[in-house]
Amino acid sequence: MLLRPTDRGLFCEAGNFYVDPWQPVDRAVITHAHGDHARWGSRSYLGSREGERVMRTRLGEQAHIRCVDFGEVVTLDGVRVSLHPAGHILGSAQVRIEHQGEVCVVSGDYKTEPDDTCSAFEPVRCHTFVTESTFGLPIFRWDPQHEVMAEVRDWWAGNRDAGRSSILFAYALGKAQRVLSALRGADIGPIVTHGAVERLTRDYRDSGVAMPDTIYAGAEPRGRDWKGALIVAPPSAAGSPWLRRFGASSTAFASGWMRIRGARRRRSLDRGFVLSDHVDWPALLAAIDATGAECVWVTHGYREPVVRWLRDTGREARSVASQWEGEDDASELDATELSAEDAAAQP
Amino acid sequence: MKRFAALFSAIDSTTRTNEKVLAMADYFRDADPHDAAWAVHVLSGERPKRLVPARRLAAWAIEEAGIPEWLFEEGYHAVGDLAETISLVLPPARRESDMPLHHWIEDRLLALAGQSDDVQRQAVGEAWQELSGVERFLWNKLITGGFRVGVSRLLVIRALSKMSGIDDATLTHRLTGHWHPDAAAFSALVAADTADADVSRPYPFFLAYALEHELESLGNAGEWQVEWKWDGIRAQLLHRRGQRFLWSRGEESVADRFPELADAAALLPPGTALDGEILPWVDERPLPFAELQRRIGRTKLTPKILREVPVVLLAYDILELDARDLRADPLSERRRALESVLRFSGDVPLRISPIIPAADWGAVRSAHGRARDMLAEGLMLKRRDSAYGVGRRKGAWWKWKVAPHTVDAVMIYAQAGHGRRASLHTDYTFAVWQDGQLVPFAKAYSGLTDVEIRALDSWIRKNTTEKFGPVRSVKPEQVFELAFEGIQRSPRHKSGIAVRFPRILRWRTDKPAAEADSLETLHGLLEKFG
Ligand SMILES: [Zn+2]
Ligand SMILES: [Zn+2]
Repeated sequence: MLLRPTDRGLFCEAGNFYVDPWQPVDRAVITHAHGDHARWGSRSYLGSREGERVMRTRLGEQAHIRCVDFGEVVTLDGVRVSLHPAGHILGSAQVRIEHQGEVCVVSGDYKTEPDDTCSAFEPVRCHTFVTESTFGLPIFRWDPQHEVMAEVRDWWAGNRDAGRSSILFAYALGKAQRVLSALRGADIGPIVTHGAVERLTRDYRDSGVAMPDTIYAGAEPRGRDWKGALIVAPPSAAGSPWLRRFGASSTAFASGWMRIRGARRRRSLDRGFVLSDHVDWPALLAAIDATGAECVWVTHGYREPVVRWLRDTGREARSVASQWEGEDDASELDATELSAEDAAAQP
Repeated sequence: MKRFAALFSAIDSTTRTNEKVLAMADYFRDADPHDAAWAVHVLSGERPKRLVPARRLAAWAIEEAGIPEWLFEEGYHAVGDLAETISLVLPPARRESDMPLHHWIEDRLLALAGQSDDVQRQAVGEAWQELSGVERFLWNKLITGGFRVGVSRLLVIRALSKMSGIDDATLTHRLTGHWHPDAAAFSALVAADTADADVSRPYPFFLAYALEHELESLGNAGEWQVEWKWDGIRAQLLHRRGQRFLWSRGEESVADRFPELADAAALLPPGTALDGEILPWVDERPLPFAELQRRIGRTKLTPKILREVPVVLLAYDILELDARDLRADPLSERRRALESVLRFSGDVPLRISPIIPAADWGAVRSAHGRARDMLAEGLMLKRRDSAYGVGRRKGAWWKWKVAPHTVDAVMIYAQAGHGRRASLHTDYTFAVWQDGQLVPFAKAYSGLTDVEIRALDSWIRKNTTEKFGPVRSVKPEQVFELAFEGIQRSPRHKSGIAVRFPRILRWRTDKPAAEADSLETLHGLLEKFG
């Protein structure tokens, strides 16, 4: 077997590298810049060129990162490694590993519905497919992005008419920019960002992704009237004093978890928009099928149900633990959130 | 249905009471009266009789979704609500319709009654194909009969009042008793003419708040009427135009359950309404509440049970006399009227709840100390000049309960809650020691703060020893102080006892499990109070 789960993450012995290790190692191949995949402190990293900007923001300007184009093959100790778009966030990649005729693909996080902020997911044929399972239950099924974004615009318009501001919580890396991108050209605004969102949005712009104009909240004078504004902030800002400046407001969260009524009500949100950067149940099964894999490793989420389903439908499957789950996987771990205000961009 | 679904979403998407009321008032104003009638009905917590068991509904959904049962269960654990899980696993709707709410309830839902399994299955399957999102969720909620949306009857009434301009009390009165949801009923409900009174309708019960401060803060003891707080079933007995009615506080007609009281109502002057407590009564003393429960539990009232558990109505108050509404009169005058009406002797099962003579607060305190001996739950304090109000209002009536029994118990099982608390563990099973073993004896849901619930939830997740379905066995380490009102023998429980109204008083993080109470302690309480 090409890969082996270890207490630092998935290890490729033949190539002497780890994929998304959660502790410092010599050689790390990174699927994408989210905090649960790109950890700080390894000697060297291999990642996609598309994600270079955001990886640097996450791993530090000093980090030793080798960037490759999608599809470009790198040989590590005789093992052929290439990255292929995962459609999750800017630069997100699946890692294809080939050695002596055996092919293994690690999906990282992925979604198959295309959006304008990153390269669209590409299925890659393999013998072993390591898949995420964040939303690996049949209760999770997404509506197309344009329908969800129409709901967001209606919500914003209703708030504007009622003299309120609209505060939309979205993960600072990926979801926030996807929402912003989808609002380009919409009759909406002004669009205001929290520091954590602003900084990464700038990275997206620098990477050539089209973003609408945004106003960084921290650069605006106190006491400004925010009626009719759309504020995009990380979920960690919910309930914080930072929100007070926006006056009367309606709050919403854009996340796949909003599919569940209880998850929305527990957060005392006014609205939940079901918008996810992960595959839903039908897309997960379709993606697995498309790889033609004989063996599926399931990690990161609802591992056990997905493994059981795959076995019951005649496939070989096993569950692979990662450090970033357990029972409390109800939050897509995102390190920017932990230091949201520290990361605030300087105007 | 789309309009009603929009109302539901509006209510569900705000935590502000005022916005909920406004959303409902808007709906009542615009909606077809027939739809509005049903909306009043279901929003105020009434529900159509459950026509399909939830489990069967789930089985059908599993078939439609083409998934195995275990996978459905996994979804249910994540969602925490059966009707919602069903609506989420079903394939998307194929042909959406927009029929009015009353059509869905009367022609689609109620039409399921008495149908064969196959016909019901077919009809429900068709409904699922026409409904999506929130509408499908609501349909499932209506079928399974558990419709909790975070509004109370009180808020519905406030919305109706806002929309119609009619005061809360009149609306409450009009909604009490038999109310069939149709267009005519809704129009009558919000009709400007308030000189109506359905013969059968009881008055809304006036309720007391728990005493919060020292007795002395209530002023002069002489201004208060002091009575026992009896532990029975609060009820109104009516005699109007030759008809007799007995209503419990849940606004359920209980005349069939207590025929002797319904019969005795005929002895009252026509146009009379009494408020009192139904008590099992032998030798001028109440029997324990468990006896009354035993009688209620019987599907058939045999002469034997009628003989073993005779009941009386111990009247607290008179609300109507000679067809005149007395509720605005001071209590002292109502009491005189009550005494003039209830002058029966011998076998008539209608009594007056006695006034406890209490010249000063010291006497009230000593009466409170005797409450358990009287098999009473405590004392009632009512201002002598008080009107009989609507619902619960602070200041005029207080209840002063005797302290509950308490015991320290160990949590052994936990289960996820529902609705707002789905996927948090909020339902707990507690045990006490017996011969080095923990014996479960009570389940409790309430009493912890949200912060404590979250902390306990994460402890539970990390200390689960076994899972069976939604229930987790946890390490027996956490001790809680539980309070309960009554205790009785129960062969159905492993512990041999059952407690009434158990609730959590405190999380005893200071106490190791080994120091929790034993079953012996509970048996001791049983000897004394059971
Ligand atoms: Zn990710
Ligand atoms: Zn992830």
